[in-house]
Amino acid sequence: MKHLVILGAGSAGTTLANQIRGRLPADWSLTVVDPEPDHLFQPDLIFVPFGMQEPQRALRPRRPTLPGTHWLQDRVERVDPDKRQVVLANSDRLNYDLLVIATGSHIRPEETDGLTGAEWQRSIFDFYTLEGARNLRDALARFEGGRLAINIVEMPIKCPVAPLEFAFLADAYFTGRGIRDQVELVYVTPLDGAFTKPIASQALGSMLDERGIRVESEFNVGQVDADTKTLRSWDDREVPFDLLVTIPTHMGAEFVGASGLGDELGFVPTERHTLMAQGHPDIFVLGDATNLPTSKAGSVAHFQSEVVVENLLRSMRGQSPVEGFDGHANCFIESGYGKAMLIDFNYDQEPLPGVYPFAGIGPFPLLKESRRNHWGKLAFRWVYWNFLLPGRHIPVPNHMSMAGKYRPAPSADNTDQELAA
Amino acid sequence: MPTTEYAGTAVEVNDEGFLTSADQWTPEIAEALADESGIGPLTDKHWQVITFCRQDAAEQGQPPGLRRISKLSGINMKELYQLFPKGPGKLAARISGLPKPQGCI
Repeated sequence: MKHLVILGAGSAGTTLANQIRGRLPADWSLTVVDPEPDHLFQPDLIFVPFGMQEPQRALRPRRPTLPGTHWLQDRVERVDPDKRQVVLANSDRLNYDLLVIATGSHIRPEETDGLTGAEWQRSIFDFYTLEGARNLRDALARFEGGRLAINIVEMPIKCPVAPLEFAFLADAYFTGRGIRDQVELVYVTPLDGAFTKPIASQALGSMLDERGIRVESEFNVGQVDADTKTLRSWDDREVPFDLLVTIPTHMGAEFVGASGLGDELGFVPTERHTLMAQGHPDIFVLGDATNLPTSKAGSVAHFQSEVVVENLLRSMRGQSPVEGFDGHANCFIESGYGKAMLIDFNYDQEPLPGVYPFAGIGPFPLLKESRRNHWGKLAFRWVYWNFLLPGRHIPVPNHMSMAGKYRPAPSADNTDQELAA
Repeated sequence: MPTTEYAGTAVEVNDEGFLTSADQWTPEIAEALADESGIGPLTDKHWQVITFCRQDAAEQGQPPGLRRISKLSGINMKELYQLFPKGPGKLAARISGLPKPQGCI
């Protein structure tokens, strides 16, 4: 008997397990390792602080998400690639012939001086954990005015549009409470603009502008002073705050570094197109755990999963992997007031305006606010639990397509352009 | 691609002023780029960073990000900001004749 072992049962690991389970050769077994009893639907985290989703509803028991799969509820201590073994927290060893690392990325607030000091979870909150999002909800409800700073500590982060969504939703939230004029919103980012890619950055930057959200760019936070409630950058700029929403440093799972498989952030160096771990033909990497220059997002994990399924099956037959992944990502960006945007891009092509997924039909407009995108984002919750996670096929192309997209003229206002025929 | 002359040598640069080929780089070009950025003349500590960046980029196939530089070059984050103000990752890469680091997605 040969063994396929998947580490991590988040979006990536669960989708992969469900897609490959029925396709394994008869002499292969499948084991999934994850210590957590529940599956967290991470896209719900952005809604929790604003009372738009109940924290408990973002969780579902893991067992039913992995039907017919051997799930080992244990923590990984390290991987021994030479012996092809996974060492578990209880010191048990698990042999593998093929391994998939899908253990995601995790916030590490303790990496920033002063962040987890006296004000942590008092006036400083994250929304990347269910606990942080719940505490932030309560703090926002108590907040009667002052300066709210949203700070990205360093890139890369999971769901790179989430901080922008937070800013848009905070604007709508305080407007709804009738105290928007009492609240100063500051968006403090290490990037040189609102987003990483130029055309989207321009569109999103003007949306922040319209909402009166100030952007403090190229700000690399070196220290958080809890006494004076001040963000201080490495080059000694300061942003005082009354409430800080931090997006802390993200790192891969701890065992990755301990196994000598990670880069300086604990992400696994991965071949861009095959998703094989560099220098390890028997290890593949899926989702946020890679070091690849694409978004750490569920959509990416989904597009990657089909490639990893194929390459695992090829490896089992002794064939070399195919270069099937193009860096494809797409994300809904909730923009408040019942509207959202959608962006679609890959390694080589930045987000552009147009329609998705079908040229001329859509139904979703790209890089433009619309109610339809908001409903798309909400409907996605159902699609996730009922189609994506169970590994069912959904009729969306795996590779990014240029059909339906157009490149705006350099000086034009993106939001007002109609789709070129 | 525009061509610019540094230290008497014509080199190709992209829209953001990064050399398009690390092979065209010379230490003299680094000094000229440093002067242009207002941080010249380069000190030993600058060179420690530049040497690390070029070596690491040659080995890894991509320029190191800021965290990697601060962890592996022997120069800590605070000092990096003093040596290469504003955006040390970007500035060190540019003076080292490397592309803009891809750390930000």
